[in-house]
Amino acid sequence: MSPADSTLPNGPLLKEPHPDTRSADPAAGEGTLSPLLSVRGLCKYFPVKSKGLFQKQVGEVRAADGITFDLMPGETLGLVGESGCGKTTTGRTILRALEPTSGEVWFRLGEEGADPRLPVKDGYVDLAKLSEDQLIPLRTRMQMIFQDPFSSLNPRMTVRDIVGEPMLIHKICKGSELEDRISDMLTKVGLKPEHRTRYPHAFSGGQRQRIGIARALMMNPSLVVCDEAVSALDVSVQAQVINLLQDLQAEMGLTYIFIAHNLDVVRHICDRIAVMYAGRIVELAKTEDIFKHPQHPYTRLLLSAVPNPDPDTPMNMDFTGEVADPGNLPQGCAFAPRCPLCTEICKHDTPSLLNVSKDRYSACHHSDQLF
Amino acid sequence: MPLSLQSEPHSDPHAALPGGGRPEREPNALEVEDLRVYFDTEEGEIRAVDGVSFHMRRGRILALVGESGCGKSVTSYSILRLIQSPGRIQGGSIRFYPKPADGGAETAPIDIASLTEKDERLFDLRGGKISMIFQEPMTALSPVHTVGNQIIEAIRLHQDLDKQQARDKAVEMLGKVGIPGPEKRIDQYPFEMSGGMRQRVVIAMALVCNPEILIADEPTTALDVTIQAQIMGLIKRLQSEMNTSTLLITHDLGVVGQLADDVAVMYLGRIVEQGNVRELMKNPRHPYTLMLLKSLPGMSAGKARLSSIKGSVPSLRELPAGCPFHPRCPFAVKGRCDVGDRPKLEKVSETRGVACIRWNEITDGDIAAIDKEPTR
Repeated sequence: MSPADSTLPNGPLLKEPHPDTRSADPAAGEGTLSPLLSVRGLCKYFPVKSKGLFQKQVGEVRAADGITFDLMPGETLGLVGESGCGKTTTGRTILRALEPTSGEVWFRLGEEGADPRLPVKDGYVDLAKLSEDQLIPLRTRMQMIFQDPFSSLNPRMTVRDIVGEPMLIHKICKGSELEDRISDMLTKVGLKPEHRTRYPHAFSGGQRQRIGIARALMMNPSLVVCDEAVSALDVSVQAQVINLLQDLQAEMGLTYIFIAHNLDVVRHICDRIAVMYAGRIVELAKTEDIFKHPQHPYTRLLLSAVPNPDPDTPMNMDFTGEVADPGNLPQGCAFAPRCPLCTEICKHDTPSLLNVSKDRYSACHHSDQLF
Repeated sequence: MPLSLQSEPHSDPHAALPGGGRPEREPNALEVEDLRVYFDTEEGEIRAVDGVSFHMRRGRILALVGESGCGKSVTSYSILRLIQSPGRIQGGSIRFYPKPADGGAETAPIDIASLTEKDERLFDLRGGKISMIFQEPMTALSPVHTVGNQIIEAIRLHQDLDKQQARDKAVEMLGKVGIPGPEKRIDQYPFEMSGGMRQRVVIAMALVCNPEILIADEPTTALDVTIQAQIMGLIKRLQSEMNTSTLLITHDLGVVGQLADDVAVMYLGRIVEQGNVRELMKNPRHPYTLMLLKSLPGMSAGKARLSSIKGSVPSLRELPAGCPFHPRCPFAVKGRCDVGDRPKLEKVSETRGVACIRWNEITDGDIAAIDKEPTR
């Protein structure tokens, strides 16, 4: 699955709404690949308030700052980075679980015919601009799988209630049809229909994560955001769930945004990877390109720090520096204080995400030195 | 008599010194034999650790690996006698061999398992000769004391130093673990520090009394990968500088591969495979170790499906008969693996132990065949 070349901007980040760029594609229309999701300049700033009675806003944390990428149907895009880099905020803001500060999230509606009340432009809607009411019917198309299989399931609900609730809320089906669909979905995720009457506590961590997956996929969504979906699982179970996610993707034509900090997992499951640092995407490329020829110094640092189980493949344990604090970023490139290539320009100008070669984007003033 | 693999039970280290050269094998610092730790619960007795034996050699890192619930943390807590009710050490011994003073004679070992709760020697050992790095630095540190005061407390408990000397020593130690500006940082509270800095404080506190044995319980699990790498480098450096014996508890096989000298793999309260890190990681003999390594995403080539272990770790309440891994084992044979007692850790070479009755029957062909079997 290759991302369309023309859909990401050359030069500074695109300010125009995305469909204009897309219509530049001469073959746009039936049968061509157009992105399922186009995120443009998405920002989420959290206010920092002073203590005391009036809680004056004294600053802001730029958790996601100018996030731009395209996601093709059936693709898996990995969002990686260290804690506090904004990967979860990005995932949640795309789904409007958090209100974006600015930016656009164009979501393709497809042929089924959209609700006439929606402001559709060339078959896309901007999720960031829709009202709560307008969003409700679209919620069925995008779902989320959470990290912690213990806190993300209501302990007082049976598996049937957990998995069936979305169908009832959206009034899709009920009664025996609902029961049948629940059974089918449980079988699909590797559980048994007779598990439906049990409560979450009766299941192991891996099984609970399967329940969470069943709940997310019940609505037959097209976009699924997996937020650290396998991070809490033991190694042996983690592999099962990764395989399950991949099988379901092939079966149901799912598109994943896969948020994770484990680079080995991301390498295994993702087609493309966006590396984030301090709220920004610093590198975006195909998975193998990222791993074989990283073109951002942060990506290099990150990869060199992954411990390999093979004792004869040594790792880099010898570097300094702390993860940037998104509430207190330096001027210029946020990675500059830790960067071996840092020069004067890095301390003043924030580098933009530029197209450095085919399908590759890097936000570094010195990316030409990294070939 | 449980099997000992790391070396023969403690012998006079000087005997191994023909001509007064370096010992070919470091003497043991700690010998755990047949340790059993049980927990009494309403549903009956839970055998969290059920017959674990291993030896730690001076100056080496032994990694205790396994998935959650395998008993690795309980084992490490027992060494410091930190098991609380309803848990109890049911049996076995934990023999600690204090390092003889320079030129001094060998002192008698202390069996930590048999000490009473109030024994003076236990207080001496804890935080002194044996210390521990805990997983979550935020819970291991007191939020209402400055990090300096916490380290100074540890120093003054075990060493005869006045306040100023102890403070100087704390500053020195903070510098040693790579905290910039230690003379300022020493008066800060844990909440003023990042996760990586807090973990450094915990490490400084553990090492400040020059322990002979360091127990590191998931020391990097809560940290980001670049900070994890720094902490791993720190542990490795201090370990070789101070010649401490380290027991590294972890579930991360990457950390094991990079840090450990020796490895013991635990499953459901017992060690199933033991050996030095190279032979064990490159040529695992127990099916559980093999499958664990195979299910790592980085280890299988390309985008092929991961080989996973079917099912999940059973509850300690309902241990399967025979080898407890047999319901999940792709090589299990009906009538052999699912009957009788748990297989014993069998010594298969000088350094290697495997608890599997089929360890030498499994061929490369068998291993290749399991990759083709779909599991979901």
